Amino acid sequence: MNMSFTIDGKTIPFTDGQTIIQAALAAGTYIPHMCYHPDFKPHGSCKLCTVRVEGRETASCTMRAEPGMVVESDTPLLNDQRRALVQMLFVEGNHFCPSCEKSGDCKLQATAYDLGMMSPHYDHFFPDRPVDASHPDLLLDFNRCILCSLCVRASRDVDGKGAFALSGRGIRTRLIVNAKSGRLADTNVTVEDRAVHVCPVGAILRKRVGFAVPIGRRVFDLKPLSTYVDATSAIENK
Amino acid sequence: MTHAVETAVDAAIERHHNDAGNLLQILREVQEACDWISPEAVDQLERRLRLPRTKIEGVAGFYAFLYTRPRGRYRVLFSDNITDRMAGNMGLLDRMCRELWIERGKVSEDGLVSVDTTSCTGMCDQGPAILVNNHAITRLTRSRVDEICTLIRDRVPLPDWPADYFRVDDNVQRRDVMLASEPDPGAALTAALARGADGLQDEIRRSNLRGRGGAGFSTSSKWDACRNAPGAEHYVVCNADEGEPGTFKDRVLLTSFADRVLAGMTLCAFVIGARKGFIYLRGEYRYLLDHLRAVLSHRRNRNLLGRNILGRRGFEFDIEVHMGAGAYVCGEESALIESLEGKRGTPRNRPPFPVTSGYLGQPTVVNNVETFAAASLIAKNGGAWYSAIGTGQSAGTKILCVSGDCARPGIYEYPFGVSVREILADCGAVDTQAVQISGPSGTCVPAADFDRRIAFEDLPTAGAFMVFDHTRDMFEVARNFVHFFVHESCGFCTPCRVGTSLLKNMMDKLADGHGSPYDFGEIEKMNRILQSMSHCGLGHSACNPVLDTIAKFPHAYRRHLEHDEFRPAFDLDRALAAARRMTGRDDEQAHFGAVPEGEA
Repeated sequence: MNMSFTIDGKTIPFTDGQTIIQAALAAGTYIPHMCYHPDFKPHGSCKLCTVRVEGRETASCTMRAEPGMVVESDTPLLNDQRRALVQMLFVEGNHFCPSCEKSGDCKLQATAYDLGMMSPHYDHFFPDRPVDASHPDLLLDFNRCILCSLCVRASRDVDGKGAFALSGRGIRTRLIVNAKSGRLADTNVTVEDRAVHVCPVGAILRKRVGFAVPIGRRVFDLKPLSTYVDATSAIENK
Repeated sequence: MTHAVETAVDAAIERHHNDAGNLLQILREVQEACDWISPEAVDQLERRLRLPRTKIEGVAGFYAFLYTRPRGRYRVLFSDNITDRMAGNMGLLDRMCRELWIERGKVSEDGLVSVDTTSCTGMCDQGPAILVNNHAITRLTRSRVDEICTLIRDRVPLPDWPADYFRVDDNVQRRDVMLASEPDPGAALTAALARGADGLQDEIRRSNLRGRGGAGFSTSSKWDACRNAPGAEHYVVCNADEGEPGTFKDRVLLTSFADRVLAGMTLCAFVIGARKGFIYLRGEYRYLLDHLRAVLSHRRNRNLLGRNILGRRGFEFDIEVHMGAGAYVCGEESALIESLEGKRGTPRNRPPFPVTSGYLGQPTVVNNVETFAAASLIAKNGGAWYSAIGTGQSAGTKILCVSGDCARPGIYEYPFGVSVREILADCGAVDTQAVQISGPSGTCVPAADFDRRIAFEDLPTAGAFMVFDHTRDMFEVARNFVHFFVHESCGFCTPCRVGTSLLKNMMDKLADGHGSPYDFGEIEKMNRILQSMSHCGLGHSACNPVLDTIAKFPHAYRRHLEHDEFRPAFDLDRALAAARRMTGRDDEQAHFGAVPEGEA
């Protein structure tokens, strides 16, 4: 059976069980998102993919599509609020794009550009977060973690290791690794793990390949995130 | 030492049948036995429960009353609801810190004691209140603070402290059908068995009973939905995570009317076909645990729980008490279920709702303590009797928790439909400026609206009724509530995790005298984001106290907008205060911006 709904007036076909964002991305309609990943169970925490369905805001990554649904997404108000969410992610951590190896391949940075973010707007929290460079092949920079939990899900569901988790609560929520020492080197994480490759920002980085592709020629240097049909695989398979 | 930790961990694990699903309960008992959850304790948990360390540390890190760093042998937490503030808790906290020579939030050098604040502990009618190692102490005075400091310095074990410190009064000031009669342990159940499950459900439907947690969902509809949902097991959960600041009715119901509550849970089990139930008791009510277990055991002995209840073949039901560990968000039913399963208390994505997919993915009814107590009254006296009490859309009575500026704080039970004005007269409140109904996430009612009524169709409430007279600054009330939401945000979603902290900073900026109309606009904008984008009710309602007081007490905010133009929150001159203190200077040259022109 052919089922469809609309986003901003555009007809989006969907199959039974698909969420709004799944159907939208499949139809080439971009909805900003950060913690959503097509290969993993939806998390619904970043709230960037919030859309308006019949007068109510809801995360489009967890909301199942229904026939005839009328969805608003690309509206000035929603984009204003999404921009505020991105600004919140920026001030909550320590994000210095010019010195970050991930610059140009970073979804947070690219989403900020897409949403027209010109400044962090809010006062920075400047949290004191250490860098874990203990692992021979990987760098773990907690300053850039946005708590999307993609590495948590990938390590648990794909790698079968449970190497990452979130601990703490509220504004003190933080990423932890599976070692008494708290060091990545003392976990069984390897560079082949899926968990290492799903990080949408520069929190988990492979060592010694940081500038293999020079700045200016990276995924989102070439064209804006919203114009990619599948931005997630574009940065993971580059 | 390590051996003692391992023994304590093993004992806790055995008490919970080696079940990793009871991780939170195990952690709580380890915390109680060892004063903190040390890396060695985590080692042993990892070995015995075969869980990844990340899982254990993830859960332990979520709950405020579980410590993964040493916090002292005596851990003192001052309840920090606005009513505690009004009763002078901050002065007492400072006094205690001074006497013990410690800094708030830090452990003493000798590792003996720490002093900090915590969210409302549910003793607003007899505050200021504290928790010492999670045991409630009420009616704090300066002399009691001094005595406690002596006991701590002398290392007197908590069980040897004067029993009167730990006295918690029911403080029932007005009784109606719920609180007037002593519960007869078996009466409701006997009546229900005579009617049968369908007959009982008919009575609940006829009573028009609605959930007492505040949202007011129809109890019979919830029970029906759960009963009709397919599942290998069905579960009954009593939400006794009474965390909404200013609320303390469940404390009283569980103290003096526990039989009525437990009977209500058993009735629900009878209707939905559950064999197992849980009471999720907030960590602040740790002192009620032994009492509740005693009542449960008494009911088992009388065959009101267990197998073939009251001789009815096949009617099997029992109840376990699970304790929370300092997380307001667990009052949200799906977060509560996560916590019951031994996880971090993060609200689930919904649908599916607990009635179809709750505890362990099975159909589950989660009801408030008071709802279950009401169900047992209905089973005994009939639905028609109950629905005749109250108003058209709000049947029965409501227990209110009155605190703040009034002569007689305490518990007041009224039929629904009572006006704010009547309650204020009864509790001896004079010169009242406003009443905060149903806590920070509820409604602020100014004097002009005192004829409004407590009812789902007007002012719905979970029970809190905090009174503020004209000496109070309603901006400060809202600011206290915002600080509460920052402390209790679970951190899962961006808008609530970061937005509540930003909102707190904005409110603090106004309080610090740097506010301008620009900040006022920012506060309103942040509240709209919290309202529309948050994951659960906590984030949605975190903006309520602010939006509500802005609408009703704009002058309280305007007073704090000291500048016409935007000013940064950072004040360079104030940042130099520490340097001035250290150098003992306070002359003009030691102040930024005070240098006369041309002199430098």
